[in-house]
Parts: sequence; C-alpha cells; structure tokens
Amino acid sequence: MKNDSVFVYSPDLLGYKFSETHPFNQLRVQLAYELLRDSGCLNDDQIIKPRQATDEEIILIHDPGYVEAVKQAGQGQLNREIALNYGLGTEDTPIFPNMHEASSWIVGATLTAVDHVMEGKSKHALSLSGGLHHGFRGKASGFCIYNDSSIAIEYMKRKYNARVLYVDTDAHHGDGVQWAFYDDPDVCTLSIHETGRYLFPGTGSIHEKGAGKGYGFSFNVPVDAFTEDESFLECYEKSLWEVAEFFKPDVIITQNGVDAHYYDPLTHLSVTMKTYTEIPRIAKKVAEKYCGGRWIATGGGGYDIWRVVPRAWSYLWCVMNDQAPSGQIAENWLKRWTNEAKHPLPPTWEDESGIYKPIPRKDEITSKNRATLEKSLYSIKKSS
Amino acid sequence: MIVQNMMQKNVVTIHESETIGTAIQLMLEKDIRNLPVIDKNGDFLGLVTDREVKDASPSIFHQNEHPEDFEKPVSSIMKQAIFSAHPFDIAEELSTIFYEHNVSCIPVLEETKLVGLVTEREMLHAFILLTGTHQPGSHLEVVVPNEAGELAKVASVLKDFHLNISSVLVYPSHNEREKIIVFRVGTMNPLPVIEHLIDNGYEVKWPPVPGERDEK
Repeated sequence: MKNDSVFVYSPDLLGYKFSETHPFNQLRVQLAYELLRDSGCLNDDQIIKPRQATDEEIILIHDPGYVEAVKQAGQGQLNREIALNYGLGTEDTPIFPNMHEASSWIVGATLTAVDHVMEGKSKHALSLSGGLHHGFRGKASGFCIYNDSSIAIEYMKRKYNARVLYVDTDAHHGDGVQWAFYDDPDVCTLSIHETGRYLFPGTGSIHEKGAGKGYGFSFNVPVDAFTEDESFLECYEKSLWEVAEFFKPDVIITQNGVDAHYYDPLTHLSVTMKTYTEIPRIAKKVAEKYCGGRWIATGGGGYDIWRVVPRAWSYLWCVMNDQAPSGQIAENWLKRWTNEAKHPLPPTWEDESGIYKPIPRKDEITSKNRATLEKSLYSIKKSS
Repeated sequence: MIVQNMMQKNVVTIHESETIGTAIQLMLEKDIRNLPVIDKNGDFLGLVTDREVKDASPSIFHQNEHPEDFEKPVSSIMKQAIFSAHPFDIAEELSTIFYEHNVSCIPVLEETKLVGLVTEREMLHAFILLTGTHQPGSHLEVVVPNEAGELAKVASVLKDFHLNISSVLVYPSHNEREKIIVFRVGTMNPLPVIEHLIDNGYEVKWPPVPGERDEK
C-alpha cells in the first residue's frame, strides 16, 4: 500500500456552482485544499484525479428521466414547469450551465475514492466535493442534484458485494440516502442532526427505523437546537460504536458536513472545531476495528466557508493521516484570502473559547439529547 | 380535505353469517382492529372491533372452555349504533367525532353501502399532509397582528422570494391581539426571507437569525 490515504481533487470539481450569491459554494473545497498544501499536510503523491461518473452509474440510484432533465436544464432546454417538477430551477437548486457535467464530476470523485479503498490501494479516501445527501431518485433537493453518497453505496453493494455503514454528521438530516436504502438490510444509515422540528428537511425522527426487510437498519439521532460539543459528541460516539457493533459493516462511508458549527448561518447548533477534530478520529477507530480500516469520507454542508469549512475539512484529512495540526494557521493562506473573506479569518486551528455566550438551557438540552439517543438505539438493545 | 380522499378504500369486511372464530382469524391475519360486517348486498350492518372480540373471548385461564361460542355468527356480537360518515364529509368533522366520542374507527357509507373506512391512522395521516411534513422543507413561525389581511401580506413576501409553500397553519397566540402563522416552505435557506420580514417589522419566532441567535 503506497499511501494510507488519498485525496481526490481536481479543479473540475469546482464547476458545481449555482450562482455568485448561493450559500452552497465549492470555493470551500479549494480553500481546504490550499490550506492543506500551505500547511505541508498534503503531498503530490497523495492526490488522485477524479473521473466523471457515467450515466449507467448515475442511474444506479436516479431515475433516467430525471438525469435527462438535468442534462437538458444544463443546456437551457428544459421547460420551466417540467424543471420545477424535478426540483430544478428553484431557489435551492437553480439551473446553471452544464449542471449535469458538473454533478457527474462530483459523483465520479466519490466513486474514485470508493474504488481506491475497495481495491485495497489505500485504507482511506477523501472526496470533499461530495456528500450531496439530499438528492432524491427523481428530484433535486436542498442544494443537491445527484446523490453521490447513495450512488457510491449502491456501487459498492453491486461491484464489491459490501455491507455499507453510512454515517452522516451534517446538521441536516441525510434524507436522500436514508430513503434510498430504507428497505435494504445490507445498508445501514446513521444520521446525527439538528431536530427537524424546524430545520430543513424536517425528517430524521427517531421513529424512522427502516421498512420491510430494512426495518431496524436506519438510525436517527435528532439533537436539540443549541446543542454544544460535549453533547453532540456523546451522541455521535455512542451511536456510532453501538451501530457498528450491531451491523458489522465491511466499509464505512461518512458524510462530513460541517454546518453544525456555531458560526454556520443556516443551522442552530453550537458546536466548535473540537467536534470536527473528534468526529474523524472516532470514525477512523471504528473503521479500524470493524472494517480493516476501510473508510471513505465525503464533504457535505458547510456554509461558513471562511471561518469553519477550510479548517474543519483540513483537519478531517489530517486525522486520516494521523496528523493533528494545532496553533497558528499557515501564514500564506491567511494572507492570500484575508481580503476576500467575509469575516476575519480565525488565526488558529482551534476556536477561541467564548465564541458564543453560555447556553442557559445546557443541562436540559444535554439530558433531552441523552434520552433521544437511548430511544434511537433501543432496537439494538432489545435484540441483543 | 374530504373524507373520500383520506379513507381506506379496499376495506376488509366479513359477512354477517360468518362465525366469530373466522372474524378473529381474519383480524389476526390482516393485522386489523376493526372489521365491518355486511350482508349479501354489501349493505353495512355493524362493526366488530377488538373490543367486541375481547368481550366474546374467554379468559386466558379458561381458553378451552365453551369452544362452541366461537361458532356463533359475528352478527351476534357486532356493534350497531355507531357513527358513520359520508364520502363528502370533511376531515375536521371526523376529527371531532374521534376526539369527543372516543371511537377508533368510522365507516363511510353511501346510503346503506359501505364504501370506505377511516381509522385513527387515516385521520393522523390527513394531519401529516395538512402540516406538510411529508415533504422536505423549513419551518417558519411569524407573529402577526390578529387582523384581516395579515396572512396575505406575509404570503406575498414569500412569493417575492420565489418560495413554494407546502403548508400554512394558523395558531392562536397567548396574546389575543396576535396570531402565529406557521409556514412550511420548500427551501433549505429561509434566511433571506426571515431578514426581510424582520426588517419590515414582523416578529419571527423561529428560526433565529445569525447574530441574534444566542438563546434568550
């Protein structure tokens, strides 16, 4: 094995761009990439180039009619009403030129990561442009066109006959992936997210457990608004270990959205960089124990692209390589981006203490989350 | 929503002359708690629920006594004087019957024929549809004065932001001079519209906007 981990990257992945003002901005992938380069944490021989996914691969999950619609939309040839029926041309997923090609690069990047790990060329692989977990079989939703996570899972099932554990720590529920495998006992989904009581997409309650043969293979831990590091990590760590022990996967694919951070404008959780250093550490340990190390990680949500995403995603890569950067952020990187950044860039890898005011209901939130966690894992306890 | 659009249409039924034993078997097989009884013309005669079955069954301590009881016709235990609905009744009326009379199921009749059944399950599903939670969306709570035209004003702001509304609910507020309107909108990013509403003097109860989102 040449490298323990590979980083899937090329500028082709940055073409997924809705508009100048849209909150989903893949510049963040470039920012993370450059931060890693400037910090000396990413070498040339660790980078692999992605490929574009084929239509056959995309329709492993998506409806052929939908794929056709995305192609036409990207050429400006899709009628507005038909587009809206496919969730295209909305405020969340506006139409942009060559949207099919841009989306297939992202799917291809995640599949490249998958092949590398499943063929034993590396233990871990990172596809930061992926993790578009809201995409449905026949509908774009929540900034996502093709669901690279779902496609990768189905691809691993068919090509490598693998039992796949999907772990989603984006602040939004991983609905697209959950529903794609809701009745499938060979795919287990675990999503830890802000409660859907108010937040998009609204699903992800503890009672969504799967259906038919897949009953008991969907796990959801919806945490309360204003949840902080300690409670979020408690929910994550405990559920991940228990679900992995129950399911005994061949491989783990994680969706590493980083929008649960306090700074994120779209959500209402209060976690900090501490959470984003621990999430990958635990995932790696679990993969080591149950899957011979096989772990594919993707990006996902993350809408504070200056203060949160570059540090959190860089850290994810560092954990894959047993590195733990701390202290000052690379000077070159800070200098290059300071003027463009919408907020003053944090000077250190860690968040300063006191970035938010103490949460008055902390104890109540912690105990509520603990009760949610217990209920969510109840089916495992009952069967063991 | 009218009853026709929310009721079960392929209802499992039993003929009046079938035995109690057959009825119990059927309810177990189909995993149902309510079994309408009909005659040979399909006219509705009554209802057997798990309550009737329980009353007619021996105690678990005397399971094998009087097996002949199970040979009696279902018509001997069915409940007859019960609430029924018409396909054109509306969901709200039915919910009142469920709530006030504590029933578990309402048969839907056209004259004397059984055409459908509404159980608590269909009733709840109708409410899920009304709240719009079956579609991906964000939840937005806006406090407005208790006056004519307020809903229209907020809705037109949503229109200006090209947001599709999946559902609207209007809640009473503790303060009689206000109401709370709950929108479910098909977007992951409700921030721009929230900021606009606040700038125009509305109180948005949830979600909080960044900068003001420390819990109060």
